[in-house]
Amino acid sequence: MALPFSRYPMKIRNFIIITQIRNHFTRPRKTILHCLLALPQQSSGSFLHWRFKNYRTSSLWNSSQAPSSTGQDNISAQYTHPTSLNELLLKTEVTNFDSQISLEELDDLSPISPLQQISEEDALQIVAEPPLPPASFTLRDYVDRSKTLQKLVLLGVNLSKLEKRPGAGNLLLRLDFENDIQKILLFLKDIGVEDNQLGAFLTKNYIILNEDLENLRTRVAYLESKKFNKTDISRMIINAPYLLSFPVDRLDNRLGFFQKELGLNVQKTRDLVIRLPRLLTGSLEPVKENMKVYRLQLGFKHNEIQHMVTRIPKILTASKRKLTETFDYVHNVMHIPHHLIVKFPQVFNSKLLRVKERNSFLTYLGRAQYDPQKPNYISLDKLVSIPDEEFCKEIAKASLQDFEMFLKTL
Amino acid sequence: MGWSRLHGLFAVYKPPGLNWKHLRDTVESQLLKGLNAEKRFTPQEHIRFLLAPTEENERKELTLIATNVPVLSEHPLVRGLNYTSVKVGVGHRLDVKSSGVLVLGVGRGNKLLTDIHNAHLTKDYTVRGLLGKATDDFTDEGRLIEKTTYDHITQEKLSRILAVIQGSHQKALVMHSNLNLKTQEAYEMAVKGLIRPMCKTPMLITGIRCLQFAPPEFLLEIQCMHETQQLLRRMVHEIGLELKSAAVCTQVRRTRDGVFTLEDALLRTQWDMHSIQKSIQKVAPRVEAELKKCQTVGPVQRGLVGQPAS
Repeated sequence: MALPFSRYPMKIRNFIIITQIRNHFTRPRKTILHCLLALPQQSSGSFLHWRFKNYRTSSLWNSSQAPSSTGQDNISAQYTHPTSLNELLLKTEVTNFDSQISLEELDDLSPISPLQQISEEDALQIVAEPPLPPASFTLRDYVDRSKTLQKLVLLGVNLSKLEKRPGAGNLLLRLDFENDIQKILLFLKDIGVEDNQLGAFLTKNYIILNEDLENLRTRVAYLESKKFNKTDISRMIINAPYLLSFPVDRLDNRLGFFQKELGLNVQKTRDLVIRLPRLLTGSLEPVKENMKVYRLQLGFKHNEIQHMVTRIPKILTASKRKLTETFDYVHNVMHIPHHLIVKFPQVFNSKLLRVKERNSFLTYLGRAQYDPQKPNYISLDKLVSIPDEEFCKEIAKASLQDFEMFLKTL
Repeated sequence: MGWSRLHGLFAVYKPPGLNWKHLRDTVESQLLKGLNAEKRFTPQEHIRFLLAPTEENERKELTLIATNVPVLSEHPLVRGLNYTSVKVGVGHRLDVKSSGVLVLGVGRGNKLLTDIHNAHLTKDYTVRGLLGKATDDFTDEGRLIEKTTYDHITQEKLSRILAVIQGSHQKALVMHSNLNLKTQEAYEMAVKGLIRPMCKTPMLITGIRCLQFAPPEFLLEIQCMHETQQLLRRMVHEIGLELKSAAVCTQVRRTRDGVFTLEDALLRTQWDMHSIQKSIQKVAPRVEAELKKCQTVGPVQRGLVGQPAS
C-alpha cells in the first residue's frame, strides 16, 4: 500500500496529508476534493480510488500500528476518526467529483504549520530562497527560476523589451518550452529563419508563440500558392515578423490593395512586397495618403509613381511632411524638373538637411549644375547618397575642413 | 567611466530650420547610444545546490551538489539598457530660423547652465539684412507688406544710424547696471569694459558694426545681451525704416555665446559621445575661469550699488 503512494511527489503528498488532517472535522468533503484537484492531471483517475482506499486502511491500521512510511505515521498518530464516516465520504465524493473548483479556493487553505514534522528527504528539497513575487513589473524576478524564460534569453530574445508590452509577461510565463515553444521554433527553422535571427524575430513578434501551428502552415501555404519561392518567404518573414500573424484573407486583401492601388502587374507586386514586406504588415492609410501626395500635391504622373515605387519601395511609407518639404526644396530651390526626380527617387529617402547643406556648398563653389545636358553634371543620386568625405573629394573638389567651415557659416 | 567624464557644457552648431528641442533630443539619443554601447556584459555566476541524479537503490540517496549557474537576471537582454535617460539642458535658445552656437549641458553641467545664465555674458551675432522690402514677421519668408527703393542708401548713412543705436544702448546699459559712475571703482571697470547689468533688462546692444555693405544686402555684427532672435530681426526692420526704406532679415547667426565660440561648436556629424566628451573636457577650464571672474565682479558691483545716485 505504501509503495504506490510514494510514487507521487513528496511535497504534494505531504500537503494532502496535512490538509486533510487539519480540516477533516470541520469540513471534510470539500477539502479532500480540493487537495486532489491540486495534483497533476495524470494522476487524477486511478489515484482517486486507491487514495481513498489508502485513507481507509490507514485508519484501520490505527489500532494495529502497521504503517512504516513517515507520511503515514503522521496520519495514524493523529487520526482517530471512525471508519464509517470515511466510507460515507467515499460515496458522496466520487459522485460530484466533476465539479470545478477554482484555484483561488486553494489559496484559502491554511499553510503548513511550522511545528509539523517533515522527513529528511523533504527537508533536503526545501530551498531557502525568497518566494517569487506574486506580481511584478519585470520579468527579471522570474528569469532565474523559469526554464522557459532562461531558454528564451539564451536564444537572444530581449525580455527587457518584451516586458514593456501589455500581456507579454503573463503569456511567456505560462508557456512551457518543451510543449509550446519548441514546435514553433522548429517550424520557423523549417521556413528558413536562421538560429541567430530567432531571438530578434521573437522579440518583435512574441504572439506567434501562442499561435496555432496549423494556422501558420496555411499562411505559408498561401504565400507559396501566390508563387513566392522559399527564399523569398523566409526573407519576408525575417524582415516583417508579423507577416505570419495575419490571417490569410487579410493577407490576400493587402496584396490585392497594392496591386490595385499602384496598378502593377502580378510579378511587379510580388517584387515590391519582397523588397519591402513591411508594406504588408503596416498600416495602409499612410500608403494611400502618400499616393495622393505624389499625384495631387507633387504632380507626378501615374506611370512616374509606378516607376519610383518599383525602384525604391520605401518612399511609400515616408512621412508626407518630409516628402513635401524635400520636394519643395529639390524642385523649387534646386530647380530640378519632375522627370529628373523620377530617375532618382532616393532623394525622398535622404535627409533634407543634408541635401540643403550640400546644395548650398556647391552653389557657393559655383558647382551646382544639375542639368544632364551640360558639362560638370552632378546627379541627384551622388549628391545625396555618398558620405561626406567622398562628396568633398569627388564632387565638390574641396577639403573636408572647407566643407565644415562652410557649414558653420550657414 | 564614460559617464563620469560627460558632466559639463559643450556647444553645438545649430543649422537653420531645426528646432532646438529636436536638436536636444538628437544629442540625447546619440549620447545614450554611446553610453550603452560602452559597457560589456560580464557574466556572473551564483552557486546553487542542485539535486544529484539518484541511483536506483533500495533506499533513495539524495545528495546535493554545488554547481555554478549563470545569473540570467543580470543578462543585458533581461536587464535592459544601462542608461535610459541622460539629462541634456539647453542654454540660451535659438529659434527655428536662426543658426549658430548653441550651448548644451549634460548631467551636472546643467547647474552650470544656470550660473552661465546668471553671469549675463554677451553674445555675438551676425545678421544679414536685405533692403527694399518689408514683411510681417521681419524675415524674407513672411508676408510682403511693402516694397521700397534703396538707391539713396550709402554705407555712411547706415554707419551713422548704427552709431546712434549703439550710443542709446550704451546709455541704457549704464542705467541698468546700477552703477554710480562717479566712483573710482566704477570708472575703472568701465575703462576695462566690465560693466554690465546683473539683472533682467530689455535687449541691450553693446556693439554694432557693418561688416559688408553691398546693396540691397548688408551684413551686421552685433554684440548684445538679453536678446531674442526676433528682436534682432525687428531691429533690422527698424534700421530699414530709419534709412527711409525698408529691410528684412535673411539670416541670424550666433557666432559666440559667452565663452563658446564658433570653433568650439560641434557640427551635426560630430554629435557623438566621443566628440562631445572631448569638447566638454576642452571647454571646462575656460567656463570655470569665466564663472570665477563673474563671482569676483558680482560683489564689487553690488557693493557699489548702494542707493541709486540721487
